[in-house]
Amino acid sequence: MSDRGDPVDGTGVGAATSADQSGFERPGEVPLLEMRGLTKRFPGVVANDKVDLLLYEGEILGLLGENGAGKSTLVKMLFGIHEADEGTILFRGEELKPSDPGDAIDKGIGMVHQHFQLVPPLTVAENIVLGAETTRAGGFMNRRAAEARVRELSRQYGLDVDPTDVVGDLPVGIQQRVEILKALYRGAELLILDEPTALLTPQETDELLAIMRDLAADGVGIIFITHKLREILAVTDRVTVLRRGKSVGRTLTADATTESLAEMMVGRSVVLSVEKPPREAGEAVLSVNDVQVRDDRRQLKVKGASFEVRAGEILGIAGVEGNGQRELVEAITGLRSIVSGNVSIDGQEVVNRPRKVREMGTAYIPEDRERDGLVGPYSIADNLVLTHYYEPPFANHGVRDFEEVDKKAELLVERFDIRTPDIHTPVKSLSGGNKQKVIVARELSDDNTLVVASQPTRGIDVGSIEFIHSQLIAARNEGLAVLLVSAELDEIFSLSDRIAVIYEGRIVAQRDPAATTREEIGLLMAGGEVREDSAA
Amino acid sequence: MPLLAVAFGLIVGAVLIVVSGDNPLVAYRAMLEGSLGGSDAIGRTLEKATPLVLGGLAVAFAFKAGLFNIGGQGQLLLGAAFSAWVGFNFDLPAVIHIPAALIVGGLAAAILGGLAGLLKATRGVHEVISTIMLNFVAANFTEWMVSRDGPWKDPEGGAIARTPLVQDSADLPRIAGLPTGFLVAVLAAVSIWWLVNRSTLGFEVKTVGSNPKAAAYAGISVTRIIVITMGISAFLAGLGGAIQTLGVNGRFEPGFQTGLGFDGITIALLARTNALAVIPAALLIGAMDAGSTLMQARTNVEPEVINVIQAMILFFVAAPSVVRWILQLSEAEDVDTGVDLATGWGTT
Amino acid sequence: MTASAPPLTRSASNLNSYVARNAKALAGLGVVVVALIVAYRWDGTQTTAVMARTVREAAPLILAALCGLVGERSGIINIGIEGQLLLSAFCGFMVGSYSGSIILAVVAALAVAGLAGTFLAWTSIRLRMDQIIAGTVINIFAIGATSFFYVPNRTMATIPTVSLGFLSDVPLVGPMLFDHGPLTYAALVAVAVVHVALFETRWGLRTRAVGEHPSAADTVGVDIFRLRYLNLTLAGMLAGLGGMALIQSAGVFNRGMSNGKGFIALAVMLIGRYRPTGVLAAALLFGFFNALQAQLQFKQVFDIPPQFFGMIPFVLTIAVLAIAGISVRPPAAVGKHYEKE
Repeated sequence: MSDRGDPVDGTGVGAATSADQSGFERPGEVPLLEMRGLTKRFPGVVANDKVDLLLYEGEILGLLGENGAGKSTLVKMLFGIHEADEGTILFRGEELKPSDPGDAIDKGIGMVHQHFQLVPPLTVAENIVLGAETTRAGGFMNRRAAEARVRELSRQYGLDVDPTDVVGDLPVGIQQRVEILKALYRGAELLILDEPTALLTPQETDELLAIMRDLAADGVGIIFITHKLREILAVTDRVTVLRRGKSVGRTLTADATTESLAEMMVGRSVVLSVEKPPREAGEAVLSVNDVQVRDDRRQLKVKGASFEVRAGEILGIAGVEGNGQRELVEAITGLRSIVSGNVSIDGQEVVNRPRKVREMGTAYIPEDRERDGLVGPYSIADNLVLTHYYEPPFANHGVRDFEEVDKKAELLVERFDIRTPDIHTPVKSLSGGNKQKVIVARELSDDNTLVVASQPTRGIDVGSIEFIHSQLIAARNEGLAVLLVSAELDEIFSLSDRIAVIYEGRIVAQRDPAATTREEIGLLMAGGEVREDSAA
Repeated sequence: MPLLAVAFGLIVGAVLIVVSGDNPLVAYRAMLEGSLGGSDAIGRTLEKATPLVLGGLAVAFAFKAGLFNIGGQGQLLLGAAFSAWVGFNFDLPAVIHIPAALIVGGLAAAILGGLAGLLKATRGVHEVISTIMLNFVAANFTEWMVSRDGPWKDPEGGAIARTPLVQDSADLPRIAGLPTGFLVAVLAAVSIWWLVNRSTLGFEVKTVGSNPKAAAYAGISVTRIIVITMGISAFLAGLGGAIQTLGVNGRFEPGFQTGLGFDGITIALLARTNALAVIPAALLIGAMDAGSTLMQARTNVEPEVINVIQAMILFFVAAPSVVRWILQLSEAEDVDTGVDLATGWGTT
Repeated sequence: MTASAPPLTRSASNLNSYVARNAKALAGLGVVVVALIVAYRWDGTQTTAVMARTVREAAPLILAALCGLVGERSGIINIGIEGQLLLSAFCGFMVGSYSGSIILAVVAALAVAGLAGTFLAWTSIRLRMDQIIAGTVINIFAIGATSFFYVPNRTMATIPTVSLGFLSDVPLVGPMLFDHGPLTYAALVAVAVVHVALFETRWGLRTRAVGEHPSAADTVGVDIFRLRYLNLTLAGMLAGLGGMALIQSAGVFNRGMSNGKGFIALAVMLIGRYRPTGVLAAALLFGFFNALQAQLQFKQVFDIPPQFFGMIPFVLTIAVLAIAGISVRPPAAVGKHYEKE
């Protein structure tokens, strides 16, 4: 349909030309969705720059790109959250200009957001009908009709849910089905799935991919946003790759390979593995013995975890989020009290006092950097001394010494390549990658013996990921014990000297990365059969 | 922007005065004369401003930790009652008596505020609720202390509920013509400014206020800081009550200075929670207060009009966009009031 | 404390599950009934007097707390209830006093408190003002305005009590429930209305969604801001009825006569765990302590200074919140400004 010769945006990436591919366009058939030259500017950035996109009925389109490449902005224009500055969207050949999400829904577009748009205390049925309720006279809810309709849809598409369950009590995978049902209930013909696999177990991911294929077979068009190449290759019919807001490649999936997609996504050939010299691990630095910990709702979340981390090794804890990682890490770092069992660092028992644990030689990169690790309105300098503000040289007898603080900050900004105009800039104005560098700089610049790093690269750009990985490896090479908690199997495999798997608050297995497979770890993460530990 | 807010507040007040059938220019002139016309008037303004400085500081300092101390009234009553007790019950040299009375008053209030902090930090009781409840408790308690059967009742007072007059040695003198109390208040403002901006304790308080999770991560005991902050905040309010007792009233009578807690909020926000800016903000409100008597005498305008003016000032300070809209100013960068209270509702 | 609705008891199995889920509340109700019977047998006159007064004292608290509840269920904190009570009591009184019409008085009270609610929604939605500060503005304004326009020595006609026929003659229960001013009945009816509306209607579903997860409601086309305007205005009207309830029996207005009831109402709402039925129970508890205090003082039963009795409701509030506080979960979006993308 596109009358332009070359939809690729002049970046010269080889495999991505589409015009000459057979089957990329289907003459005579009206595409379900076509975007032409879509542009969206925000103050200071062009989030989407003349993006083109093509999708036929019953197809799955993979929208691939790094964090910040503009994937979300693009679909938000389609879903009526943002308005395009330039370009057109054609839906079934007619121009589409949704004024708001309600309008987009009316036109037959459904979206499953990365952060679920579900109301936890409401039931499945209530969540699904919200905004499109069937009511009796006087505005009274017809609960039975709603539940019946949900059951019917659930059968029709093979999405198994109980309409009377309270959503907040359901596992993430089921919540996602509720989200998909919500879109189908509203008659969605085009379904946008924004990073739907980010929080799923490998098994749940497989189930989702199967559901997507079924939906496509029923004629639903799907836009599948992800940065995981494996999933793109497994399920999509065609791919559009975004980089820095531009569509740098459009291709049929059948013509793509992992390497070609990776190169398009990052703009250079990527080293997917990290340099890591072999190293003998030393004495145990951290030992965790049969620890039990409660979560904020006073439920037992860590149910007897035991493991050791030795000097000069990285122990990677793999697991789906919500299996007790947060509570375990907070117990180790003294932020959360331990119900039973004990944790010791260099033989000293850990108590529920974070400052004490820190002074025992622990560095901690928290999972949620904005919430736990930084004070947004504070300057970079203040954030860089957030854990040491009270002791010399940064303070004497309770009086702060700003000269010393600034000196330290200048040094760290330089050494850790934190991109900022000034050390007095509020940290909240930095990009995600630079924020994480502030934390890493603060934590890894001290004289420590243990590093606890929780999801250290979540949601940041590839450059920063590489930098942080190299810093963790460097810490290990210097003889520090590193505990890495991550939900990303790639990260676990490329960094760890040993892998432990956490499931429902227990360490269910420990493995040597060289002697295991992604599949095995994935199975263990999902609570699959536990064989005898091979490495523990 | 705060000056504009004051101007708009006065305009709204003027409208009310017109509605009630008086001339706002005459009224405001009387107010000005009653607050700044002559040394007596200025002395009255300083006297009125003194508890307001301390009340404003109390609110502003608690804001730094993200806490809303709305209990200034009760804390002030405790401070007043206990300083009166030290004042009339002991016979000491003035250099000891005055500081002792001030400090005991402040500490009594600090205990009340610290209790609210403790309830917040350990039991999740929102401080807005607890400090208001404690206001009623403090009012009832102090009233009983000086009532018919109360231990601090003035034996010569007949049916009047009040304490005896404080000893001369506890009477706050004037220094170089200025009320000592005002000097104490200014000193308190400078100390709080230093504490917030230069000390590690201030850093801890601000960190807890900006991001309690990160504070805990940094090894700061959030519980301890909340209790200390509420304690210091209440101490300031109590000090205000003590100065009022020793310097102006000479004794404790229940129920004086109603509404001071609310004045403190207006002043703290007018000053954008900056401790030094609290002084001019309090002087402004104090001047209105001091001038309202003469205004009433000359024009029959009820002095409560200044409450309405204050509500309007608070509104315009907290909603700079309205001021910009009225003046058709271009959208300047959003002014941060430095306060984010509502998000802490009901959570620990 | 899930917000899911209790189904109407249509069948025996429904009834069983209803009993199972509300076991504690029903047990509490049982204890109260037994205690009332015992007290009535011990001293019928006193018990009747205290209990009738309990319901009367609870009425403005119920209405004010429901005002807070509807606001917070929609995601907006209202600490200006105190001001809404004061403003509506004042305007109701002034209009009633000058016009002689109770209907007009009620209309005026509803209008001014509703308007204050609209104002709160506006400051929060349009001006993005901190909701606690906005509520404080209402409170200070109310104190100032009602004192400024106060006219001493005026009275209005008292609103007569309405006895509901033979029901009011039933011992204990009659004076307790069926012999009150119309605004007391209004409070009891409001509990039922808000409960059913919140859990059984489309409005309720949307309101709960907006208070818990506004963007979820937004993405399915619910107009969050319109709903918040509507709800805060309606909630304000509940407070307006509360203001009328303050003046219904005495027929006079005094400066600052709300006397902290708007704040106590917030505590009632919290103790009632954001549920109308909980609000009813908590308000009755407060009413009971006030009634007991008044009765004991009146009868000089104990030689305890009145100030100590005066403290009881406040100390009790703090104690209850300190003990129960942890388990009260406010609607998740309360106090936060909604960023429309």
